[in-house]
Amino acid sequence: MVGFRLNGQSVSVEGADSDRLLWVIREHFKITGTKFGCGAGLCGACMVHIDGKRAFSCQISLSEVAGKSVTTIEGLSPNRNHPVQKAWLAERVPQCGYCQSGQIMSAAALLAETPRPTRAQIVEHMSANICRCGTYPRIVRAVERAAREG
Amino acid sequence: MKRKSERLEKRGINRREALAQLAGLTFSFTLSAGAVGTAAAQQAGLLQTAWVTIRPDGTISIMSPAAEMGQGSRTSLALIIAEELDADWSRVQVEMSPLDDKVYGNPRYGIMYTAGSASVPTYYKPLRMHAAQARRVLIDNVAEKWGVQATELTTEPGFVVHRASGRRMSYGEVATFARVPAVLPVVAEADLKSPANFRYLGKDVLRVDVPTKVDGSARYSIDMHAPGMLYGAVLRAPVEGSTPASVDKEAAAKTAGVIDVVTLPYGVGILARNPEAAFAAKSKLKVAWTAVSASNFDSSAMLDRYAERAKDLTVEGKVWDKAGDVAAMSEAKIVVEAVYRTDFAYHAQMEPLNALASVTAAGDAAEIWCGTQAPTVAQRAVARALNVSADKITLHPMLLGGGFGRRGHYDAEYVVDAALLSRAAKAPVKVIWTREDDIRNGRFRPMTGHYLKAGLATDGQVVAWRHRVASEEALAFQDAPRFKARNERAIFSMLGTEQPSYRLPNRLIDHVRQTDGMRLSSMRGTGNPPNAFVTESFIDELALAYKTDPLEFRRRLLVGVPRAGALLDVLAAMSNWSSKRPAGRGLGLCFRNEDGTLIGMVAEASVERRTGEVRVHNVWAAIDAGLALQPDNIAAQIEGAIVYTLGAVLSERVSMKNGAVEQSNFYDYQVPRLSDVPEIEVRVLSTSNPPSGIGEMGGNVSGAVANAIAAATGARVRHMPLTAERVLAALRG
Repeated sequence: MVGFRLNGQSVSVEGADSDRLLWVIREHFKITGTKFGCGAGLCGACMVHIDGKRAFSCQISLSEVAGKSVTTIEGLSPNRNHPVQKAWLAERVPQCGYCQSGQIMSAAALLAETPRPTRAQIVEHMSANICRCGTYPRIVRAVERAAREG
Repeated sequence: MKRKSERLEKRGINRREALAQLAGLTFSFTLSAGAVGTAAAQQAGLLQTAWVTIRPDGTISIMSPAAEMGQGSRTSLALIIAEELDADWSRVQVEMSPLDDKVYGNPRYGIMYTAGSASVPTYYKPLRMHAAQARRVLIDNVAEKWGVQATELTTEPGFVVHRASGRRMSYGEVATFARVPAVLPVVAEADLKSPANFRYLGKDVLRVDVPTKVDGSARYSIDMHAPGMLYGAVLRAPVEGSTPASVDKEAAAKTAGVIDVVTLPYGVGILARNPEAAFAAKSKLKVAWTAVSASNFDSSAMLDRYAERAKDLTVEGKVWDKAGDVAAMSEAKIVVEAVYRTDFAYHAQMEPLNALASVTAAGDAAEIWCGTQAPTVAQRAVARALNVSADKITLHPMLLGGGFGRRGHYDAEYVVDAALLSRAAKAPVKVIWTREDDIRNGRFRPMTGHYLKAGLATDGQVVAWRHRVASEEALAFQDAPRFKARNERAIFSMLGTEQPSYRLPNRLIDHVRQTDGMRLSSMRGTGNPPNAFVTESFIDELALAYKTDPLEFRRRLLVGVPRAGALLDVLAAMSNWSSKRPAGRGLGLCFRNEDGTLIGMVAEASVERRTGEVRVHNVWAAIDAGLALQPDNIAAQIEGAIVYTLGAVLSERVSMKNGAVEQSNFYDYQVPRLSDVPEIEVRVLSTSNPPSGIGEMGGNVSGAVANAIAAATGARVRHMPLTAERVLAALRG
């Protein structure tokens, strides 16, 4: 039994220590905004926050989050009103949308640490996340907007 | 048109059906409830057509048959109806239409199929006509109620209005008593709204799916759950056509969480309690596969052979486009020849293929959740696999985490996976392909070999153009019945070799079909991105041979196409085409007429001469897709297709050894990341032409990037992708 906080709630799961957090979130808790994209920490579709830092949930085992606080896109804000989500809507970033939870979680983690990132910092940080629809130009604009408008 | 309707009536088709067919779509127009005039029935009354339901509370549901994969046509089609109906968009709910090809099929394809940048262009007029008829029914009903002439009434969003008396009635109220005549009011094209009066089209309306995509609530099939659901994984043959000869299931079956190992006709399936157990067990399977002819396929050796076959004009090809006589080549002052190659490319849609199926215990019906570009095709594929009729399959089309052509195939193999495993398990099963499955069992844009030869007259005009392509045809693999119905033309290979805007009076463009048994697919733009690379590179080779600026050279080929001239003017200005760039940078241009959409792009690139590595700094794009219905969405699609295709131009390639794919995940199949992306500026020109396609058109950037590399280095790379090694070889070459 592993206990941790998930989007502010205390939860515990009976599972193998090696079970990946991604599948626990998606299939056990049925919280599905966090996506499976590559299973290898290469695409960022599975990005969540663990104690406020971004992490590839497909690479994190259940035992690693014991006692920690995990936040998914569903826990980022109560009503799509996190500055990053507002900026994402204003810039109309999503196309197919599949990668966007991961993109938003990455961006939110960046701004939490670096409220006024340079363009180069944005590019470096956000290059961990793949968007196959090619929404990158809008991702940059949205991160800059979120930094500006808070 | 008149003659057609008479003919239809003679054949016994009633007026209503005739009208519907004239509008390009069959539809039914029925009052579903409240036909008897009791108050209660009127309360429950709905004004309903196949496309529109108006409820007493004023909310309106609009059916949209388009698969939504980020391109925006789910919203755009509904918006077209809302515009002509004069609906209040804030009260509109967009719903996925039922699965019915006759009513909702794409007019170009005859089935519900979201592909080919063909949704808005083909549905635009029929949906406007339908909505105008529905609006007329509203007006006629109010006219009767108020005892006024219909011509005295007009509409504002959600209301019928009588200007003379100031009376207004909401559409919801009309729905409570409206009667639909047996013969629908006739609407002529001239009765349609003038675009100058559009309230929604031409403005930017937020796509209905966007809000759900910033909070994780958007539902894809991979997100679905069903009570008692199991998880499935399938090991497929590494080589197409190969089947399991012998299977050692022991290690897989012993994996914790595994329930069963099921041998399928084409592979081996795992049933497990969670996805990780299914994946782990799959990797433990030991399968001997039958040898097939494709087992000897080696892509790099075979591509050389394709190039040889393209060059060999003694073999007869299948003509794609022909005019005049290419024998005029003998009159040319300058003759240029070249051989080009393009590699296999992989879709890499972000959502790995998956589906959820729930087959009845008797195996005689099923419910399916999947992301598909062709829901009725998938429905029929599942029906064939289960040996039941299609009406026994209830299919729920979900949002797609990327499509790009991968999810519209005749056999819907990833959906059938779930159906077969659910039948075996007698439980709902969600089958998820891993990324490695998705690549190794990918279906690729085919590799192609090209031979080109063109002759120039002293005035720079192209007197003869010869282009031959040798390739396998993707349509033959992905949808054999459709390929046959299209007279076995190599549509996906050849689209984009024809160049309708360029003046090429003597031309012969043909295809030599190869059949090596590879798994193939259309992929965003089908032939256009590779063919834009080939033909626009070659146009630049001609400009160079004629010692002319590439823009000037194209202008001469586009004399008599004012739309193209205007587009090039815009593009030249936005890119500062004639201004000098820093040392080491080159500008490359492409112009394309893809399915009636004109697009021009300029790329600015530099090359690291030591490594051959390419950096694209800027891309400017100007697009004329006729009347721009959703300008910002058009810009987004062009940006996206540019990024998508930059990968195919510079780095993405699938190679095969012994018939099997050599790549396996995003570390060895590298798609563009933010750090690879140039500054992109898109100018959307809205013109008075009918709306044409937009989703694929940015893919023509391949030509601009190749030309920018040549301009920056003086070296021409004739093999896509233009990898660092190939650029380096050309530099040294």
